[in-house]
Amino acid sequence: MKRFFGFVTKEFYHIFRDVRTILILFGMPIAQILIFGYVITNEIKDVNIAVLDHSKDEVTREITDKLLSSGYFILNKKLETNDQIQEEFEKGDIREVIIFGDNFARKLQKEKAADVQIITDASDANTANLVRNYTQAIINDYVKEKNATILQPARLVPEIRMLFNPELKGTYMYVPGTMAMILMLISAMMTSITIAREKEMGTMEVLLVSPLRPAQIILGKVAPYVMLSFANAVSIIVLGYFVFGVPVQGSLVLLLAESLLFITLALSLGILISTVSTGQQMAMFISMFALMLPTILLSGFIFPIENMPEILQWLTLIMPPRWFITIIKNIMVKGTGLLFVWKETLILVGITLVFIVLSVRNFKIRLE
Amino acid sequence: MAGENGYIVDVKELTKKFGNFIANDRLTFNVSPGEIFGFLGANGAGKTTAIKILCGLSSPTSGEATIAGYNVYRETEKIKQNIGYMSQQFSLYEDLTVYENFRFYGGIYGLSRKVIRKRTEELLHELNMEKVKNRVIHSLPLGWKQKLAFSVAIIHQPKLIFLDEPTSGVDPITRRQFWEMIYKTAQDGITVFITTHYMDEAEYCGRVSIMAEGKIKAIGSPNDLKSQYDAHNMNDLFIKLVRN
Repeated sequence: MKRFFGFVTKEFYHIFRDVRTILILFGMPIAQILIFGYVITNEIKDVNIAVLDHSKDEVTREITDKLLSSGYFILNKKLETNDQIQEEFEKGDIREVIIFGDNFARKLQKEKAADVQIITDASDANTANLVRNYTQAIINDYVKEKNATILQPARLVPEIRMLFNPELKGTYMYVPGTMAMILMLISAMMTSITIAREKEMGTMEVLLVSPLRPAQIILGKVAPYVMLSFANAVSIIVLGYFVFGVPVQGSLVLLLAESLLFITLALSLGILISTVSTGQQMAMFISMFALMLPTILLSGFIFPIENMPEILQWLTLIMPPRWFITIIKNIMVKGTGLLFVWKETLILVGITLVFIVLSVRNFKIRLE
Repeated sequence: MAGENGYIVDVKELTKKFGNFIANDRLTFNVSPGEIFGFLGANGAGKTTAIKILCGLSSPTSGEATIAGYNVYRETEKIKQNIGYMSQQFSLYEDLTVYENFRFYGGIYGLSRKVIRKRTEELLHELNMEKVKNRVIHSLPLGWKQKLAFSVAIIHQPKLIFLDEPTSGVDPITRRQFWEMIYKTAQDGITVFITTHYMDEAEYCGRVSIMAEGKIKAIGSPNDLKSQYDAHNMNDLFIKLVRN
């Protein structure tokens, strides 16, 4: 035990004496969670629009005011002629032009119909869609309010409730996703690099010749990273809560336990990577390519799994982050307990065991 | 303490096969306590495989071998506790200080804090390097690192030390000094088992063995071997033996 403790101490020296390691361990998680939380979002805010109002009456003014007071839109320019539209879009300052037809109020009253045209800049298709939906919703809302006072034919109005995330906040998705990505990347990459470094420096040979058992060597190398990754997980949860308002509806203990399981999984993957790579460079490249892209693309973090081609959907089944994200979303956002995530938990346990068995086998082969 | 018949390394008919490839073919040799034994051979002759077996890192396919009286099949733990090992990469942690390296390596051999402190002082005193005790390794010149690595490898006072090409890439003066350390260690009763590609160094050994194609081609003191094979120097001898 004393030998083991000495080993862990040495490992902490390595970590705390290397500025790059410190930056990756502590700077990267915080930076990434802030970047993902603020930058990647499905919500729109302060979108620049222009209005071309051919009738300039009470109703069109009211609709414009309603749009601008929503917080989603900023009036960049009032246009006077149709020719200006193309020009404005080409300048690129605005994303949307709303055009009210002439005699708007009168037509609405007389014919119960008036013309509004929405033109969006679809060079960015996602934003264009969002902007259109928001605009449409606000205008419909206005019409509905007005119609309440006017006699109207019977209509079906679905009442919509958004469960678990009523405000449709993007961070509810991104905080769990980023957490999975960071834990995976840091734990796996850092362990694979640190073990590969011992190999590269030739110190691994000396350790193997010493009375330390291979398992002790590996555990001694990994133990500090378990602690640091766990600290990272906690700080991500805290940041998510205080900065982005992502709640922890379920059990905090369960959430931490699942995080620890996922960290163990990532570390065993890191060990596996180190057994197949010859040096630090190789370990780093494998970690980056084998972990980063699948974690982001195939975990359901950013792109919904249901929309993927079937082959890729199958592939996501072996992506650990997919299961981890499901688990922590369940615990954090839905507030469900182990009863609802035991299947995902078992899958993670299984994958961890596979990694450990493979690492032990590779390690032995290398010794031969 | 050595084996039953007084040898610290006692190897009989040691064979290691990888599939059909015979890496070590019935090696038989022994080394007495306090001896400086040169283990020579061209690259790929099977030296590394043999050293791995002798260090307890891998098991032979057949044959017998004991190190300090311990069996290489069953008592690898005890072997590891009684040997030291240093490779050409010097195996010090560059980002730790001299003392931290001593403490770490002493620690993994189970030495107490007090013993580690005492041994470190002794060893640094011998090297005249007390002043660099708290310096970080990467700030030291190569020759110093090499000597420190050697000291670290004997901190637990092993009975036998394996030196795997310890002088590669070191200047002649430092090599000379390093050999003085080796002699001193051997005088203190630690057996030295060394591999090298420098044939002038082979002359410094008490006895050498020369391997080629997995077999030991010749074994004896440098002078005996030279006269036996009618060679002017070790270089000549080596080429004669390895070519045939």
